Amino acid sequence: MELFHVSGKLSGMTRAPGVVATNGRMRFWLDGHLIELEHVDPTRTVLQFLREDLCRKGTKEGCAEGDCGACMVVLAELDGQGERLVVSAVNSCIQFLPTLDGKELITVESLTADGAGLHPVQQAMVECHGSQCGFCTPGIVMSLFALYKNQQRPSRRDIDDALAGNLCRCTGYRPIVAAASAMYDIQVSADDWLRRPGEIAQGCEDRVKRLRELERRDSLALESGGRRFFAPRTLDELVHLVAEHPDATLLAGGTDVALWVTKQHAQLDTLIHLGAVQGLADVRVLDGRIEIGAAATLELAAPVILAHHPLLHEVLRRFASPPIRNVATLAGNIANGSPVGDLIPVLMAADASLVLRSTGGARELPLDSFYDAPRDQRLARGEFIERIHFPLARRGAALRCYKVSKRYDQDIAAVCVAVLLELDAGHVCSIRIAFGGMAAAVRRAPSCEAALIGQTWDAPTVERAMAVVPRDFEPITDLRGTAAYRMRTAQNLLWRLYLETQGELGESIHAYGRHD
Amino acid sequence: MRMGGMTSSVRKHAIGRPLAHDSAHLHVTGAAAYTDDLPEPRDLLHVAVGTSEVAHARIRSIDLADVRLAEGVVEVYLASDIPGANNCGTIVRDEPILAADRVEYAGQAIFAVVAQTVDQARSAARRAQIEYDELPSILDPIAALEQQSFVLPSERLDRGDASSSIERAPHRIERRLRIGGQDHFYLEGQVAMAIPREDGDLLVYSSTQHPDQIQHLVAQAIGCAAKDVVCICRRMGGAFGGKESQAASIACIAALLAQRTGRPCKLRLDRDVDMILTGKRHDFVVDYRAGFDDMGRLRGVEFEFASRCGISADLSGPVNDRTMFHCDNAYYLEHVSIVSHRCKTHTVSNTAFRGFGGPQGMLAIECAIDDVARTLGIDPVDVRRANFYGAGRRDETPPRDVTPGRDITPYGQKVEGNILPELFDRLEADSDYRLRRRQIRDFNQSSRILKRGIAMTPVKFGISFTATHLNQAGALLHVYKDGSVQLNHGGTEMGQGLFIKVVQVVADELGIEIEQIRTHASDTSKVPNASATAASSGSDLNGKAAQAAARKIRRRLAEFAARHFSVSECEVEFALGRVRAARHELSFAELVALAWADRVSLSATGFYKTPKIHYDRATFSGRPFLYYAYGAAVSEALVDTLTGESRLLRVDILHDCGDSLNPAVDLGQIEGGFIQGVGWLTSEQLWWNERGQLQTHAPSTYKIPTCSDVPTDLRVSLLERAPNHEDTIYRSKAVGEPPLMLAISAFLAIRDAIASERNPLPRLEAPATPESILRAIGVGFS
Repeated sequence: MELFHVSGKLSGMTRAPGVVATNGRMRFWLDGHLIELEHVDPTRTVLQFLREDLCRKGTKEGCAEGDCGACMVVLAELDGQGERLVVSAVNSCIQFLPTLDGKELITVESLTADGAGLHPVQQAMVECHGSQCGFCTPGIVMSLFALYKNQQRPSRRDIDDALAGNLCRCTGYRPIVAAASAMYDIQVSADDWLRRPGEIAQGCEDRVKRLRELERRDSLALESGGRRFFAPRTLDELVHLVAEHPDATLLAGGTDVALWVTKQHAQLDTLIHLGAVQGLADVRVLDGRIEIGAAATLELAAPVILAHHPLLHEVLRRFASPPIRNVATLAGNIANGSPVGDLIPVLMAADASLVLRSTGGARELPLDSFYDAPRDQRLARGEFIERIHFPLARRGAALRCYKVSKRYDQDIAAVCVAVLLELDAGHVCSIRIAFGGMAAAVRRAPSCEAALIGQTWDAPTVERAMAVVPRDFEPITDLRGTAAYRMRTAQNLLWRLYLETQGELGESIHAYGRHD
Repeated sequence: MRMGGMTSSVRKHAIGRPLAHDSAHLHVTGAAAYTDDLPEPRDLLHVAVGTSEVAHARIRSIDLADVRLAEGVVEVYLASDIPGANNCGTIVRDEPILAADRVEYAGQAIFAVVAQTVDQARSAARRAQIEYDELPSILDPIAALEQQSFVLPSERLDRGDASSSIERAPHRIERRLRIGGQDHFYLEGQVAMAIPREDGDLLVYSSTQHPDQIQHLVAQAIGCAAKDVVCICRRMGGAFGGKESQAASIACIAALLAQRTGRPCKLRLDRDVDMILTGKRHDFVVDYRAGFDDMGRLRGVEFEFASRCGISADLSGPVNDRTMFHCDNAYYLEHVSIVSHRCKTHTVSNTAFRGFGGPQGMLAIECAIDDVARTLGIDPVDVRRANFYGAGRRDETPPRDVTPGRDITPYGQKVEGNILPELFDRLEADSDYRLRRRQIRDFNQSSRILKRGIAMTPVKFGISFTATHLNQAGALLHVYKDGSVQLNHGGTEMGQGLFIKVVQVVADELGIEIEQIRTHASDTSKVPNASATAASSGSDLNGKAAQAAARKIRRRLAEFAARHFSVSECEVEFALGRVRAARHELSFAELVALAWADRVSLSATGFYKTPKIHYDRATFSGRPFLYYAYGAAVSEALVDTLTGESRLLRVDILHDCGDSLNPAVDLGQIEGGFIQGVGWLTSEQLWWNERGQLQTHAPSTYKIPTCSDVPTDLRVSLLERAPNHEDTIYRSKAVGEPPLMLAISAFLAIRDAIASERNPLPRLEAPATPESILRAIGVGFS
């Protein structure tokens, strides 16, 4: 086994005087080589590392914000229990390099690193004429590779979803979809894990063994030019690190934090990464609620949420794209608190609460109150979101969410509404309505709720509720829609809800005619 | 197959085959090198630009002290530092590379900074202190029209008497249509790397559709001659017209900084700056008026187009000319009046984009036809057919009030080889259009919220640059002693498959395998004075030029073989890398080696100019196009009338590529063009705030189609056995742009879905975003 030692970028190697940091080394696998790095700039992206430091230029930058997928790479890592191998596509343009610690990085070059010619995914792309200009192609290949390893015989819907984070401007996607089916029919010559479709576990013993070699007993701490990266391993360590560095940026999936760097050129001096904290990525059902740890990715949380709130199927699928969901967390979604907020309306309608932790202990706060505070005062100094409590729906209650955007996949809603409606003998016995995109933050609709609670669930009641939406919100006009459109859509979505509960809606526009 | 006469012959093996893109194996492995992937010289510096925050202002002061002090900065650069011409305007020299004393749009480049790393340059660029004296700004075409603010004079094209024909017609419609613009969203952003060589000469790698123009504009900017600059482009990661003129300022800035520092300099725009700083498809406001009879036949049509050109002329002249040439689409307009205003606005200068003004003109007439049909309650397909150019149906008796042939365009070109009526009939039948229309009517009667719609639209698109002189091309062919072939031509590869098509031509002309040929990067030192790879003309022009070069070589080799083997030239046959001279047979390589030893020249240039075309811009008359490419599409859409969301359910396309050079490549152009057109007309919306700052400048805010937007039922066919009636390269037809306009069917299918008895003529504006659709639906909920 070869040992690579690649030093961080020269410009980042001088250490600021007086800073005492554990100067650790991060380690990860690439094409069977162990890469060990020290003095890593904490916000250097995997894409920069690949292109600028390793001169592996197959991975492209298309947008530097995780929206186009030209930079797609695949990570292989052990799951939270350290047992199962997990393979997922991620956007390298917004993945900070130190977060690779303990993982295996697979890039487009990796697929042919064995010298055995084109990988079946690549072969299928060639045969189906899946590339034209070719710039998005390496990223598409990597998303398809992740699909290839994770699934056998995907449906068109599965393929659409797997590619939701990849933009292609040339082909119109049809030949790529064809390749996503054809790739399973390519004869595999080498009996190699990378080349065999599906069945991640089969023949992965070497990989698992190598990943185990990277398991840490100590916590990773990196330092470069006075800027630091910590990846604590226990909750206790995390609490103390946050107390010690109250101005540090907490990093979970980084799908928002990375944009501060790539788009705004922000310099983040201290990063505390949540990804290595044991137990923090757990998702459990306990005491009538789903508990979602702050480091749990959406990909981990979604199936559990879905099992208890099946009507959220579509909104969970339409939350960004797989490469984002593979790393992004609900806690991060909440902490960043955008006006639209993806899943925040759902959480608010469900009456979710947050467990906030600091050296002073833990406190639980309803999500409503969290958002009542101005953005910079929601958390005390040294405090962070430890987990989210997402209540299960009571019998007779259903949680629904509708999202309206210009594009079906990977778009931010113009308007999003989530409703928890509990009907008893045709009466509204409880209702919680939360709108995204209608105010500076996600907010409940008190007048609307008041117009409905205790009333007969019928058309006149719903129309009365619709009429009072303007009392609750004064939306703005921006690139996603005018104020008038937002208001009208918000009202119409309540009508849609009503029709749906009456069974008068039939299939939604997005489900219509899609039978797979 | 043998050719007659005294010449040698070849057997065709490559032409017409669905060969993979020549770089496909490189694309999928990440081994295809784009400009930013090229090996970087050790002493490379990186450039970033500083841009204006305001739309229109005099620059009071520029303070770059903080920029200079930023880490890694080597140099800052202003307009006043430019030794040559501060111009990146192409036809009219009216656009500065760097704004000097006045900025005219938010995002305009004012200065450049060069530093050791990309990050350093970009961070430093944000530290400038610029003070402005703001001036009133004009931010949309309507405001420009009111203030008579134009980049170029308005143009007018009349035939007959539209106004009185409309007045006399039994029915009339009148409408204002807004058509949105479109960002190219090539996946590879604009990038150039300039390398100083010696004695003041410069090598520029640029992601450009037009290396020749880069060469000339760079030479003018740095103050030297074209001979001193070489521009090379192996491939682009998409272009779509966005790298026709828009690559120039990026290359010029890199070149100027390379000249200043004496070191290689690279400028790669990040996505946001790229989208803010480079031009787009023109958005339009169109007023139209039409008069028509009971059958829906148009008696007279008036168009008044106003397009957002931005701050400078760029390519807006020919773009808007093409709008005028395509607002007839496939229809004979006996009495027509077309007015075109080229509006100057304080927004980025708009430019070429696949279709080049044609799509907007075509959308206008198709909406008008749709209005006519809905007004009369006739199926729009029947109204379309009633208005088609003639030469299609012999059984038809022309009404007395029109010219017998119904085949002369408003600009005086005779429509020849009009295969559209047959193509249209066939697609109508193959797509079960009538049956589905009935099914949709039934569905809509029982479905309360979801409504379906269907539309079938034709495309007739003129092929050739309207500027006649641009219709020329050159090629350079070297045959080496080992029988392998290097090919250069003036065309550039942006994913459209030009290189493989031209290789197929050369392979068949020389009777060799495609593997024996390598196309090298487009290079101004190999093929001079090449036109932009644009106007769908790439394979038409460069295929013919390469054919000419290959034929020269083949003639020399055949002459030699005839002499060498003492046979007649017509006995020499080339096929699949083998050469037969009567009873002698040898490999192409062996023949080449013998020819070399006999001192036969094995290098040739080829040249082509498109025949027959001529055009007088002053009168808007002549024959601007060698031929037309045709196609038709049937789209079926589904609309949610509560939210305005829409989806395409099924699309059927039948498209005319003549005798296709490469059906796989052509299919890719048709599908890709169609989906790109769907994006233009549905989800892609450009949005400026009240200060004139573009707010949709990244994929997070600007939404091109994704995989799930492509209908699960997509049936695309190439029209078979339809050789071009003109003598184009192997009787093929150009395919780059025409399919984009097939997407008009998707737009009108949405309109069909929301039209109702209560709202027969929905005012649907493009793009048909959920908001646009909901607005067109009009009244409130339920």
